[in-house]
Order: sequence, then structure tokens, then C-alpha cells
Amino acid sequence: MKKSVFLGTLGVACLSAGIAAASTLDEVKARGELNCGVNTGLVGFAAPDANGNWSGFDVAICKAVAAAVLGDASKVKYVPTTGQTRFTALASGEIDMLARNSTWTFSRDTDLKLDFVGVNYYDGQGFMVRKELGVTSAKELDGASVCIQTGTTTELNLADFFKANNMSYQPITIDSNAEGEQQYLAGACDAYTTDASGLAATRAAFADPENHIILPEIISKEPLGPAVRHGDNQWGDIVRWTLNALIAAEEYGVTSANVDELAKGTENPEINRLLGVEGDLGAMTGLDKDWALRAIKAGGNYGEIFAATIGESTPIGLARGLNAQWTQGGLLYTPPFR
Amino acid sequence: MSDTNAQSTAFVREAMLPAKPAPVTQVGAVRWLRENLFAGPVNSALTLIGMFLVYTLVTHFYPWFRHSVWNANSMAECRAAVTASFGDGATGACWAMIRERWHQFIFGFYPPELYWRPIAVFVLLFVALAPILFTQLPRVMLGFSVIYPLVAIWLLWGGSIWPVTMVAVGFGLGWLAMRRLSAYSSILAIVAAVLVPVLFWLFAVGPLDDLLTSVLPIGIEPVASDRFGGFLLAITIGVGGIVMSLPLGIILALGRQSDMFLIKTFSVVFIEFIRGVPLITLLFVASLLLNYFLPPGTNFDIILRVMILVTMFAAAYIAEVIRGGLAALPRGQYEAADALGLDYWKAQRLIILPQALKISIPGIVSTFIGMFKDTTLVTFVGLFDPLKGIPDFIRADFNWKGIYWEPFIFVGAIFFILNFSMSRYSMYLERKLKRDHR
Repeated sequence: MKKSVFLGTLGVACLSAGIAAASTLDEVKARGELNCGVNTGLVGFAAPDANGNWSGFDVAICKAVAAAVLGDASKVKYVPTTGQTRFTALASGEIDMLARNSTWTFSRDTDLKLDFVGVNYYDGQGFMVRKELGVTSAKELDGASVCIQTGTTTELNLADFFKANNMSYQPITIDSNAEGEQQYLAGACDAYTTDASGLAATRAAFADPENHIILPEIISKEPLGPAVRHGDNQWGDIVRWTLNALIAAEEYGVTSANVDELAKGTENPEINRLLGVEGDLGAMTGLDKDWALRAIKAGGNYGEIFAATIGESTPIGLARGLNAQWTQGGLLYTPPFR
Repeated sequence: MSDTNAQSTAFVREAMLPAKPAPVTQVGAVRWLRENLFAGPVNSALTLIGMFLVYTLVTHFYPWFRHSVWNANSMAECRAAVTASFGDGATGACWAMIRERWHQFIFGFYPPELYWRPIAVFVLLFVALAPILFTQLPRVMLGFSVIYPLVAIWLLWGGSIWPVTMVAVGFGLGWLAMRRLSAYSSILAIVAAVLVPVLFWLFAVGPLDDLLTSVLPIGIEPVASDRFGGFLLAITIGVGGIVMSLPLGIILALGRQSDMFLIKTFSVVFIEFIRGVPLITLLFVASLLLNYFLPPGTNFDIILRVMILVTMFAAAYIAEVIRGGLAALPRGQYEAADALGLDYWKAQRLIILPQALKISIPGIVSTFIGMFKDTTLVTFVGLFDPLKGIPDFIRADFNWKGIYWEPFIFVGAIFFILNFSMSRYSMYLERKLKRDHR
């Protein structure tokens, strides 16, 4: 009896604490710092340099949101999260948003109570094999041993792909990308599979990239995007439209170089609304009217961020592919700023 | 008669023969080899297999070490340097990565201009430990050992000096209260020793801290917990855990032996629960679950959380090790203490614990060593431990992507040095405390 009363009291206390919680926006503003969950280290997407300054494609999203909300792109506390801790860290409130190359899936969106606010990188799972194997298509991998990272969507995709094509394979489970490369190079597995962006970076870092090929098949859809908690739609809107602002800026030709010039007013009403010259879109989501201007100034528009972190001029050398604007044959398409 | 005898003894040796050298199979290296390596067909076969293994390993790895590159800015440069010096297909260790990033292995993201602070803390650690480890040193040095933890916390995390001072004042008040009341009742004294500082910290610290900070704003640049990493993190958690878990472990061990039902039950439940749960689970509790229970917006330092959980984990093991020591003491020791009229605490302090702890030294030290190595598990809660966290993000820099063995060897070597020192010290201590009449 006493115990149940105690537990009940505890439950009520927890509930009321949850209800009394301020909105994420207010919390972030009060704290003066955005807690952004990032990868513990993934080439091109999130990595601290020798001085501990984070940079990368996912990190740029954190910076843009911090610039939009707090007015300073450097007011971000990067919380490194692992594959196991990322969603719990978000659900428990340790981080305000998650920008950690996480795949948007049905169960994560619903069952895990996350809200994926959009897609910042359209990825897909591919295979890398040694050239001397003579394999040119993933359909020829019957009976192969495949290095695969545990606890990821790639593991499930792999099983699906081989099952659908009525082939067998021997999984060699690995814990991290570094271990996977090592196993693959040591010949422990015939093929290495992970997201195509990761494969490209891995291959580029090999001593002999010319001896390895990435097979043409992409066996899964991996839309990677930033996520927020269920239940705070205002905060979700802010992160979603900050991402959209970066994409729209590229579409309209707004870059970090000309954004100040354009913010004085242009002929294009869409740009004017985006940069706060016309209307007051920012106020509708609890920000000021210059929010998008600051977000774009933080690291440039989507295209600039892509080029600086993972694009063809970087050692990783990813082509835009699906991540080009819809006008260029890609999938990036932002709803109108109106 | 005598004549015949004289003739029959043609020659009698008059001097002793000089000792012959022992057969060649019974001396020096040959004998050692026969006794230790080839003492029979089975041993000979094992020796040959062992030698073959060693030979294979050495020939396999030696070239890799011999081709080491110390000066390069990226993995690609390392490979180019090895190819240039030793021909195509040669592989070599790329220590240039350690050379460029060693400071991150040691300090994590601690601001470089403040490296003197962790270094000072590390040096002072030995000053503080010296009088505890070596009884020959003057006892006044213990005074510094007592205040060292607070000095270390202040130097590592920085910020205002007043919160740390307040903690010290709280302990001081507790001690005073205990001294004052111990004349009346020992239980009252213990209660006061706990209650007074807690009340002080809860109610008096806030306003006092504000007042002092406004009057005398003494402080150094604060460093947030997320800047900690590498061995700085491992040693901070390790030493903190060791220092706190030993007293907690002793109390738990005594609690488990106690006749008082509540204390005994609590100790047993605590020990069995903590020992029954993997450390990783506790770390996840520290990093994730606690956030659900704390009011939103509370900022409970992650390193402190991990340190508390690691301490509890180590304390449960230490408690069992010490219980083994207590059980090994002859019943007569307890009875002798009672016969002398000592009360419980005096008997424990003067007779039981010194002997029980001496017996438990190897177990305690191996628990410490295990715990220190377990600090690398914090990588699973997103802290940058030296073994996995730091190398993983260094690999995330495209320049060093693909480097694999070098960080493991480097970090492994440092861990070996630290743990081997601990192990040697425990052997020294055992020899010194040996009271057996053997």
C-alpha cells in the first residue's frame, strides 16, 4: 500500500515536471546555447579538428539553427552521440536536436517519438569490393562474406536485399567504420557495405583506391535528416524551416557572399520574404525577421555547405546526385516561403 | 709380509685430484636450456612451437615498426614516405599521427593555453599521494592530501574559488560538530557530522557564495566538462573512483557483517544489485536515465554522474574483497578486541581493519586496476575516452582516415605503464606489511 502511494506520487511528480517544462525554444534562449547531438566522428559530416572545433555537413545544420535562434553560430554545444545513445539522448532532453546522419524511418518517426523535420542528405546503401574479385554487380555476390555494422538500418537492408534476390551471404559483424575498413582490407570479408557516402570516403582514404570498386546498385533509401522530439511543434518548425531556408537560398541564388546585399531588398518577393524584407515570417514561429539571414550567413546556403564539407572539391568527393535541387534533377524541394 | 705388501703397492696417490669441470650438459646455458626448455619430449615440442610462434610474430611485425614514419601531415604522406624509403608494397607504422595529435590523447579538448592546470593537478597528485603511500614521509604532508581533491577540482574545472571553498567549509563545520558532540554521544556526533554540512550546503551556501563573489571575485577561467577527454578523463574518473570507492567499500563490507537488520539488508541489496548489473548499464543510467528523473533544465555534470556510478560499481567489488579479508581473520582477533573493552569503531579501526585490509591488498589493487581500465567504457555514453573515442574522431579527419593500430599501441602502452606501477606498488606494500612469522 505504502509502496504504491509512493510510486504514484513519484509518477505524478514526473508528469507534472514534464507538463511544467518550458518550450524548447525558451529553454534554448534561456540557456544561450543549443545542445546539438552529433556523430562522435564521421568523415565530412561531423568531426572535431586538432583544436576541438567541430565542422562538417551535419554540424553546419546545428550552426545554422543556433544562428537563427540565438544569433550566433558558435553558441552550440556539440554532444557526441553513438548509434545506441542518439535517440535516448534526444528523448530525455539532453539534446535539443539531433543532426547525426540518422535515417528517417517509419518506426523511428512514430514508435521512437521523434520528428524528422526534413532530409539534408539523400543517401543509399552500397557495396564495395576488391576489383580482383571480378564482381561488377551486387547481384553476383551470392555466397559472399559481407562486413556489416551492427545496430544500423544497413544491417536490415542487407538481409532484405539478399532475401529478395534469393541469395545467401555470411555476415561479418563489425562495431565501427574503422574496424570495418580494417577487416575488409585484411580480407576478412569479400564486400563492405554501408551508406554510399561513407563508402566513397572510405575508398578515397585507401592506399590503393584504384583496386576497389563501389558496385552500381544502391539497395536502400537512406534519407538522413535532423530530428527533434515529438510534442514541441514550434521547435520542430524552427529546425525544419531553417533547413528549408538553406535549401531555398540555394534555389534562389542567395549565398553567404551576396546575402547582405540581397537583404536590402530585391525584385523577387520570395527572397524578400525569406530574408525578412517583406512580411514577418520569423514572428510566426517565435523568432525575429532576420532569422533566415543569419542562418544563411552562418555557413552559406545548402550548396555552399555541401561543397565545403563533402562536395567534389573535398577529398571525399561526393557528387550532388540526388542531393541536387529539383530544378537540377535532384530531390531537394522546399515548400514556398509564404 | 711387509715386503710383499710394499711391492704390491706400486703407486699411491699423495694429493687430491683437482675437481673436474662438470659435464657440459650440467652447467651454464646448456643446463638451463635442458632444465627449462627441453626437459623431455613434450617440453621440447612445446618449446619449438613457441619459438616458431615468436619468430613468426617478430618477422611479421618488425618491418612494420622498422618502417615507422614520424614526420607527416596525413596518412597519404605517411604511405608515400614508406614507399619512397622502402620500396613498393612496404608497410610502416604512421606515428606521425601520434606526433600531431598526442595532446588530444592526453588532454582531449582542454584549451591548450590551460594545459598547465591538468599538469599541475597530476604532479600534485603524487605530492598528495606520497604521504599516504610511503609512511616514512613526515605526517604533516597529510594535511595537503586532505585538501588536494578540492584543489584538483578547482584547477581542472576552473571558475570561481568560492564554491569549492564552501565545500571545504562544510566539511570543516561537520568535523567541528563531531568533535564537540563526541564527548556526549558517538551516535549523535556522527549524525551531526553528516547533518551540519548538508544543512550548510543546502541553505547557507547560496547567499554566502553570491556575497563573496561580489566582494572578492577570485577565479580562473572555467573549463566545461565536454572539453575533457583522453587520459585526462580516464585518470580523473579513475582516481576519483578509486579515492571514493575505498571508504565506501569498507563501510559496505562492515555493513554486510553488521547485526543491524536495516544496515545489513541495505548493504547486501546494494552490493548484489551493483555486482549483478553490467557497468555499461550503469553508465547508460548515468548518461540517459537520470535525465528523465531530474527536473528538465537541470544540468548535472556528466563526468560527475559517471564518476558516481563508477564509484558505486567499484565499491561493491571492493566491499566483497574486504569481506574476504574480514572472514580470513581468526575469531580470536574479534574476541580479543572485545576483551580489551574497545567499542565497535575502535575495535575496527585498531585491530580488525588493519589486518583485514592487509590481507585484501592484492584484491583491492586488482579491482582498482580493473576499474581504471573500465573507464574506457565511457565511450559508449559519448565521452572521449583515449582508447576509442579519441581515435575515432581523429579518423573522422580525412587526413588520418584509415589509421588503425597505432592509436591502440600508443594508448595500450600508457595504460600498461600506469597499471604496472600500481601493481608494483601493491607488491611493495605487501612486503612491507608482512607480519607473518615465516
